[in-house]
Formats: sequence, structure tokens, C-alpha cells
Amino acid sequence: MTTLATRAPRGSRQLAGTGTLLRFALRRDRVMIPVWIAVNALMVLSMPNTLKGLYGTTAERADLVRQMETNASFRALIGPVFDTSIGALTAWRVGIYAAALGAVMSLLIVVRHTRDEEESGRQELVASGTVGRRASLTAALLTAAAANAVLALLITAGLAGQGASGALSFGLGLAGVGMVFATMAAIAAQLTQSARLARGLTAAVLGAAFVLRAAGDSATDGGTSQAFGTGGGSSVLTWLSPLGWLENQRSFAGERWWVLLLFAAAVAVQAVVAYELAGRRDVGMSFLPTRPGPPTGRLGTAGALAWRLQRGGVLGWSVGFFLAGVVYGGLTDGAADLVRDNDKAREIFERMGGLSGLTDAFLASMVGMLGLIASLYVVASVLRLNGEETSGRAEPLLACAVGRLRWAAGHLVIAFGGSALIMLLAGLGFAVGYGKEIGPILGACLVQVPAVWVIGGAAVLLYGLAPRLAPASWGIAVAVLLIGWVGPALNAPRIMLDLSPFGHLPKLPGGGMEWPPVLILMGLAMMLVGGGLAGLRSRDMTT
Amino acid sequence: MTKAITVSGLRKSFGSTHALDGLDLDVETGEVHGFLGPNGSGKSTTIRVLLGLLRADAGAAQMLGRDPWTDAVEVHRRIAYVPGDVTLWRNLSGGEVIDLYGRLRGGLAPRRRAELIERFELDPTKKGRTYSKGNRQKVALVAAFASDVDLLILDEPTSGLDPLMEEVFQRCVEEERDRGRTILLSSHILSEVEELCDRVSIIRKGRTVETGSLADLRHLTRTSVTAELAGPPNGLAHLPGVHDLDVRGRRVRLQVDTDQLDGVLRQLSESGVRSLTSTPPTLEELFLRHYQDEVAR
Repeated sequence: MTTLATRAPRGSRQLAGTGTLLRFALRRDRVMIPVWIAVNALMVLSMPNTLKGLYGTTAERADLVRQMETNASFRALIGPVFDTSIGALTAWRVGIYAAALGAVMSLLIVVRHTRDEEESGRQELVASGTVGRRASLTAALLTAAAANAVLALLITAGLAGQGASGALSFGLGLAGVGMVFATMAAIAAQLTQSARLARGLTAAVLGAAFVLRAAGDSATDGGTSQAFGTGGGSSVLTWLSPLGWLENQRSFAGERWWVLLLFAAAVAVQAVVAYELAGRRDVGMSFLPTRPGPPTGRLGTAGALAWRLQRGGVLGWSVGFFLAGVVYGGLTDGAADLVRDNDKAREIFERMGGLSGLTDAFLASMVGMLGLIASLYVVASVLRLNGEETSGRAEPLLACAVGRLRWAAGHLVIAFGGSALIMLLAGLGFAVGYGKEIGPILGACLVQVPAVWVIGGAAVLLYGLAPRLAPASWGIAVAVLLIGWVGPALNAPRIMLDLSPFGHLPKLPGGGMEWPPVLILMGLAMMLVGGGLAGLRSRDMTT
Repeated sequence: MTKAITVSGLRKSFGSTHALDGLDLDVETGEVHGFLGPNGSGKSTTIRVLLGLLRADAGAAQMLGRDPWTDAVEVHRRIAYVPGDVTLWRNLSGGEVIDLYGRLRGGLAPRRRAELIERFELDPTKKGRTYSKGNRQKVALVAAFASDVDLLILDEPTSGLDPLMEEVFQRCVEEERDRGRTILLSSHILSEVEELCDRVSIIRKGRTVETGSLADLRHLTRTSVTAELAGPPNGLAHLPGVHDLDVRGRRVRLQVDTDQLDGVLRQLSESGVRSLTSTPPTLEELFLRHYQDEVAR
């Protein structure tokens, strides 16, 4: 009896301290979680208005749905649409993306409070307090659950006007996907010693879920024929993906509540696996062995080190942008046909993308969107400098024969060169996917680069002058993203659109090339970088 | 040029805290110089000014005859620095980091590198995130000792090392000195400083309170003497520099200012000495005396 008791302490003891850790986690994430939720909710809740503006009448919506039904690439990218109501169209249009965003939020939360803590060694200190063996994992999962619950609540309340039960179903489904990936991340955090790898593994599962669902949806009939029983059901592939479960809930189109049980079952099973694995290993250890590295190194310059640290990121963004180009390029013809029949949609595309032909307008808006996303890359890359400095890794490096500017230059070349590279690769992706107008599309992609550089320059300036404020660069990038994405659809005032450097770019392809704004943005970017570097050179290094 | 480092009247404030308040430091070329002080006394701040990472508010500093802020890169070619808390890149192996640091300084001696890895029992194939605290220190120490430089700046370099490795570290410092290299060793471990250092500077609240060779410093302090005498002692109480006199029959214990030792010995031998023990002050006592002053004030 006694042996048993020592082997398996009572449940309450294993969870001792969970409440304290939960409050601590919520306090640490008091900015991060609200921002994730706000961005996600804003994206979803602005959609009904956008759709109302574009497809005001049932006839227009029926038209849209019919065209969507017959287009396999749209089914792959967005999923099937089950009804012509605004609610159903909202769930269709943003469902998968909102769910993916929620999944990323959840996996970041869980890894941050589990493997990150262990990898940094902080967990040892925490675990030595009156903290149960399962408390950390439980607190991390509860933090993710709280975030998903708030998201579900906001979505349900915000969409209730489109039908209360549909809104509830959709909100719960989003939270369900979030928690599936939260528990998935909890498993990944037990498998590997590296938080980065744990995040990567979970993100890879999310990517696989997207691909499975896309393959399944493109292979089967459209949603309305499924819903009315005239076609076959959803593909097995779709049912293998948690993202596919969300669409199979058919929110706002005769909800199938039992699908929620799938989420519950998956969350329960994965949580049990995570707890089992966590109980079988030591703090700081993992199930996957870490591979040894080379006993000698070839790195010999600060630039080579910067490339070594950032090459994985550059590769990932490059592949992503190329594939995005291929996908959007492949959709271009279909999209133009689709929009041609709808006056208001055409108007929005023209507002986003320019005045001439619809194909060009569609291309311009897609290229513009990639440009906006590239500003996230440039901020992440520039802020590596800040990460190196605050972690204390920069200090011994700068005590070698490496000047600060040379050290910074290594990372900045990757940040600024890399943003041009990924836009170029997006353009090549369009060339593969669309196959026409290769020159003008490449030009359109590259014309985004000066605006991306201005965002990167702002990050350099903040880092150089006030390193403590450097993370605020993320705020700038997100603000620009929201202005670019939501601004045109909401018909935002000109002055707001003008705040973003992207608002000043010529509308390519289709519109005429205008050099003055492009050159001004490049000059501005150079000034920002110069100011930041001057600041870096004359300030104290912080640690 | 006989001074490797000269610092005079160095001041540095962070907001309202005065980290350095007129600090002086002289390190001769070829010596091992101990840099002592309690936590927060300004040792690391001084070192970071010397490395050109911080800009001094006032005062003068020279490293190897150059300005550490404006000529940072030139100076750094000839120095190696080991911080007290080494952070490594999580996905670079220890060997890669050692070679990187070596190449970014004046270069690395491959045989010395291999020998040091062996002596410190370091596994250079492990990735940065898997090293323990002590092993991360070893990575930086191997890189520093194997680098071809003139001056080593070691800021509490042995934190996290076990006693065996501490021993290896001390042998390495001695070898470096024998090769004519200069070493500034900031440390908390007084026995380490006592063993290795030619001269020490003790700082407190951003100022230098004592500097000189250990012999010089001891000279300023008291030696404890215990003696067994043939006859009853006399006259000891009136001698200058004698403190805490304790006489029990023929057994005498006392403290004496080291420069007054001669008079005490003469007086003792008048009574006939059967046995005598004299203990020089330890560095710890020196250190504590300054530190306790601070507490008393």
C-alpha cells in the first residue's frame, strides 16, 4: 500500500499550485492573448457586414454559392458552402482561417508555458516549490481553454444576429479546434526538448489538417448538394481533419451538434496521452533524442552566424510565399469570373487592387495581401537582434572583434534582402499558377518591397533607439495588416488608409507604375534604418 | 607600455543609481589581477565599460593603450572575455561556438583547443540548449584559453564549475600567465584569487577601496600570533599595535598590526618561546573587514 501511495500521489497533490500557476500564466500573457483574440474576432465579426455589402440579395448569394459549388479549387481553399444565408456564408468564408488562427494561438500558449519553461530552466525552480507534478501542464491547458472560451463567447455573441444556434455552434467549433491543437501541442511538448521544435511539430500537424481537408473537399460535391442530400457526404479525408469537423458542423445550415463530440473525444484522448507522457519523464527530458552536433564549426563571421540563425525562417517563408503564389495564381481566372457578375464585389476588388480589368484587380489585391504578410517576416527578422541582445548572447559576441554595425548588418541584410526574396518567390509562384503576365506580376510583387522595408525600418529605429520598445514593432505590423485587410472592405476613411505605407503603392498590375511614392518609401526606409543604426552605435547595450 | 588596463575616476549611472562612482583600476601587463567586491559593487559594469558595451559618463579608461569605446574592434582582436553567465545558441554545438569565438578574435590554436576540451572534459558535440550551467561556462573558457590573445577578461568565470574543474581552471590561468598574458579575474571565490592573483583591487559601491599585492594588503592588516612561553609574559599589553591580548598562564594569543610584528616577537623571546604559530590574515578577512565597514556605516 505504501509503495503504491508513494508511486502515485493523490490527484489533488499532483495538481497543487495549479491555481497560482494559472494566474501567473494569464498575467504573463495579458497582452498576447487579448491581441490574438481581438484580431481573430475582428476578422470573423466584420465578415457579415462585408458579405451584406457584396451580396445583398438572396439571389446574388445563391449565384455566388452556385459558382463556388462548381469550382474545386475554391472548395479546396475555403471549403464547401452549405447555405445562402449571411451566417452560413460567414462560417464558410472565415471558418477555416479563424480556426487555424485560434489553433496557432492555442499551440503557442501551451508550448510557452510547458516546454519553453523547461528549456529555459525556469521550470526547475517552479517545480521545486509546492507545485504538483501535473500542475504546469494543467495550468497551460487551462490558459488555452480560457482563451478559447473567450473567443467562442465573443464569436457567439457577435454572430447571434445571424441565428443564435448557428452562432453557438460556430463559436464552439472554433474553440474545439483550438483545444484540439492545444492538447496536440501538450503532446509535442513532451516529445522534444526544444520548444521551437514542439511548436514546429504542432504547426506541421495543423498544416496536414489543412491539406487533408482541402484534398477531401476538392474531391467531393459542393456543400449544398451535400446538405440537400443530392450529392455524397463529406470525404473521409475531410473527416480526418479537425478543420473538416468544423465545416461538417454545418453552422447556420441545420447544425449537426453531434460533431462537437469529435472535438471532445479528441481533446480528451490527447490530454490523457500528454499527461501519461508527462508522468513518465523527468523535468527537462524528452522522448525524442536530441541529435549531437558537429565537434568543430565552420562559422567564422557575424554574418555567417546571422544566416545560420535565420536560414530556417527564410526557407520557411520562401516556401510559403511561393506556394501562396501558386495557389492564388491558380485561382485567378475563376475569381475574376466570379466577381465579374457582382457589382459590389467588383467595386471592392477595384478599391483594393486598382481600376482596370478584374483579373488585374484580383491579382493586385492578392499580391498586396502577401506584401502585408511580408511585413510580419521583416519584423520577426529584425527583432532577432533584440532577441540576441536581451538573451545575453550578443554581449560575448560584441566582445570579439565584431563591431555593432557589422553584427547588426548581418541580420538586417537577411531581414531586408529576405523580404525582397520572398516577394520575388511569390511572383514566381504566380507565374507557375497563372502562367500569364509574368513580367507585370513580378513587378507588382517587387513594388510591395519598399513598403515592407518601411515597416522593417520602423522596427530597426525602435530597436536602435529604445530597445525596450522594440516589440512594439509587432503592433505596427499588425496595425498595417488590419488597415490593409479590413480597411477597404469597411470603406475606411482615406486618412486611415494613408497611415499605412502600403496605401501609397501604385496598384499593380493594371494601374500605371508611379515612381515617386516608391522612391519616397525607399528613402524613408533608409532613413529609419540609418536612424536606428546611429542609435544602436551610441547607446549602451542592455542585458 | 607596461599597463594593460588603466582606469581612473570612472563614473557610470543608470537612472538614479550610481553603478560606478569614481573607480580606479590599474592592471600591469603580464599579471593576474584579482577584481573583488560584493554583489552589485560595480565589477561587471566596469568590465562592460572596458569591453565597449557601455559608455562611461566620466573618467578615463584604456585597454591595451586604446580607448575601449572608440577602438572597440581593434582592442577586441587582442582580448578574450568570459561572462559569468554564458548563454549559447540553442541549436549550435559547443564545438561550433568555440570555433566561432576563436575566429572572431585573433584566431584559435587547434592543438590547444583539443587539449583544453580534454582537460575540461567537455563534449563539444552537444547542442547549446542541452548544456548545463557549468558546461556552458566550459565552452566559453575553452574558447578564451585557446584564443590567440594578449588579455583575458574573466567575469566570475567559474560559477557552476565543480571543484575538479575549478582546479583545471586554476592551472590554465597559471599557464596563461607563464606565457606572458595578462588576466583580469573578477571573482567571488577568495581562495581562487589568493592562489592565482599577483595583485588585487577591492571595490565597494563603485569605488576602489584597496589595491596592491596581497603582501601589501596583508601588511596593512593584523597577524594573529599564538605562543607558548617558558616564563610568564610581560609588557605585551603596552606594545604599540597589539590587540585582543589573551593571556592564560604561559599561553598567549594576540592580534598585532603586521608592521609591528617585530616588536612583539622581541618581547616574546625575552620570556623564552617554546612554540609559536603566526597566521597571516586571509583575503577573506581583508574582504570582510571592508565589507563589514560598509555594514557598520
